[in-house]
Amino acid sequence: MLEIRDLHAKIADTDTEIIRGLNLTVKAGEVAAIMGPNGSGKSTLSYILSGRDDYEVTSGDILYNGESILELDPAERAAKGIFLAFQYPVEIPGVATMQFLKVAMNSQRKARGEAELTTPDFMRRVKEAASHLKIDPDMLKRPLNVGFSGGEKKRAEILQMALLEPKLCILDETDSGLDIDALKIVADGVNALRSPDRAVVVITHYQRLLDYIVPDTVHVLYKGQVIKTGDKTLAHELEANGYADIIGAAA
Amino acid sequence: MNVTQLNRQTAAEAQLLEAYQTALSELPGDGAVMVARDRLLHALKTQGLPTRRIESWHYTDLRTLLKAVPTAATELAPAVDPVVAGSTVLALSGGKPTGSAAVDGVAVSGFAGQLLSGEAASGLAERGADDAIGRINGAFVRDGYVLDVPAGADLADVIELQANQAGGQSHSRFPVRFGAGSKAVIMERHRAVTENAAFVSSVSDLVLEDGAEITWIILQQQGAGDTHLGQIKIVLNADAKLKLYVINAGGKLVRQEIHVVTAGGGADLTLRGVNLLGGDSHTDVTLTLGHDVPNTTSTEIIRNVVFDRAKGVFQGQIRVAQDAQRTDARMACNTLLLSDEAEFSVKPELEIFADDVQCAHGATVADIDKVHLYYLMARGIPKKEARALLVNAFVAEIVEELEEEALVEALEGVIAGWLEKHG
Ligand SMILES: Nc1ncnc2c1ncn2[C@@H]1O[C@H](COP(=O)(O)OP(=O)(O)O)[C@@H](O)[C@H]1O
Ligand SMILES: [Mg+2]
Repeated sequence: MLEIRDLHAKIADTDTEIIRGLNLTVKAGEVAAIMGPNGSGKSTLSYILSGRDDYEVTSGDILYNGESILELDPAERAAKGIFLAFQYPVEIPGVATMQFLKVAMNSQRKARGEAELTTPDFMRRVKEAASHLKIDPDMLKRPLNVGFSGGEKKRAEILQMALLEPKLCILDETDSGLDIDALKIVADGVNALRSPDRAVVVITHYQRLLDYIVPDTVHVLYKGQVIKTGDKTLAHELEANGYADIIGAAA
Repeated sequence: MNVTQLNRQTAAEAQLLEAYQTALSELPGDGAVMVARDRLLHALKTQGLPTRRIESWHYTDLRTLLKAVPTAATELAPAVDPVVAGSTVLALSGGKPTGSAAVDGVAVSGFAGQLLSGEAASGLAERGADDAIGRINGAFVRDGYVLDVPAGADLADVIELQANQAGGQSHSRFPVRFGAGSKAVIMERHRAVTENAAFVSSVSDLVLEDGAEITWIILQQQGAGDTHLGQIKIVLNADAKLKLYVINAGGKLVRQEIHVVTAGGGADLTLRGVNLLGGDSHTDVTLTLGHDVPNTTSTEIIRNVVFDRAKGVFQGQIRVAQDAQRTDARMACNTLLLSDEAEFSVKPELEIFADDVQCAHGATVADIDKVHLYYLMARGIPKKEARALLVNAFVAEIVEELEEEALVEALEGVIAGWLEKHG
């Protein structure tokens, strides 16, 4: 589903290279965890996958279902089913959450040639998804993410994911700032989306989330490269011994 | 020697003077009114249209910007449904009332009557030597509506003064008195029904008696070739509260002046402006506000979105008189510049002569927040729609302050409609 080939990318405004020859393959139905110390490029990778233009791919390629997506803008990628749950969701004053959800869902439907949702259908979907994630409906009456607590923002991201039903879900440190109850709710939300035609990339630097969203593969990212790939036992190993050994071995 | 006299008359100036000669025989007015008109025209003739050398016209050099003045309108401009469903409409075509002029619980008459009786004469005087709008309107005004809202009245429905024009000239006036403790919502709406160039002047003259609570909305939707010269003069008596919304969503050359004086303690002005500017238009909102007595308050927030090669101006002059202690005035002007060629000039002016006052002003200019845009796009919203959402959000905040839901919805519709066309 996702194939990243020898990707090099830099910050668009400067020449600082952050992704330095990264290879990664994620198959449909797979849950892949990406772990790595702070500053190793995990968020940058997620931004690049989503098409953020603050970063520039200098070489290599990103294939999604066999096709390069480098030329697509974020909206086009989203419409093709790529979703990034942000580490730091953005507050947008003046944009009502419900309006945003509706416009987003209908934009994607339109791009795929599907009919727009009727208002009752839309409301029903939001209500259902919100109740699964234990989201207070009053929260959705506020402007997008404005005044949401850290945990509420993360849950709102998962709500969007549930409503947009993407094919490739990328979760960037969705666990940070969540207490254990919230973590379980969010993990349930993600697990509910697991399916043979969907892939999930979970970025985290704690094992904790992976107890609830059990990965098929674990990849260690360091200085913009995947330096080690393994199965879920690799995550336990990292939890027990830290990154030092692996980094040392790769160096 | 007068500098302007050395300059040759511009085409527009010549057309204006000629229009007066043509119109003279049909302009309504008794002797006093006609004398007042002649005096205004004489001033216009000798001083010409204001240029950048006149301080209050520095950013809007009317003499240069006004290229032509069309001849008087003949075509009827039909009325349409009001912006807010259920409003009582007082329609005008080319500055003259059409249809019935009745509003439940309000005394309504045509302004032409006051011109003919001479009652209007004193009100035609110019505000000062730089009052070009007052001059033009006073010389040419034909009609309008006079409203008297009785003390204590609480009007349930919005009154829409719907000034339709089908090109040509239109000069109207709206003297309105709001009796003590009265409550009302007025929509002063100016709209073009054709693409024929128009030259419009409109003066509203408001007196809010003690404790009146009024919402007045000026919705300017003139055509892309039109000149709109608007002026609203306001007296706020004790404890009177006015929410004044100025929404510019049309016109080629627009100046809307707002002149407010406070005449009693507890008076409060909430001024909110939304300027939606596009094409090659030039739009100027100029405020003079006198906090002239102790214990009065005001807030002014102007939000501008500027596309294409449009230019905008906001001048906000707040005077606090020497004995106007405990004045509280806060002014802000925020602009989204959406193209490299768009411009917006802001000139705040605080003249404070009292010592126990709170006065502040701030101005910001920005482009759309890139991170916000990215976030919306990352959820599948195409760039154009994402931008429109963000621009809308920037101005919607202002409109949402109005508590009346029907009003908010109607104005949001106007804004969304404009953005759809221009965004
Ligand atoms: N826009 C940016 N400007 C400057 N430095 C950046 C930018 N984005 C990322 N970086 C740098 O790139 C490195 C990787 O950052 P990031 O992808 O956020 O790491 P992680 O998510 O793994 O903690 C860090 O050193 C960070 O400071
Ligand atoms: Mg990160």
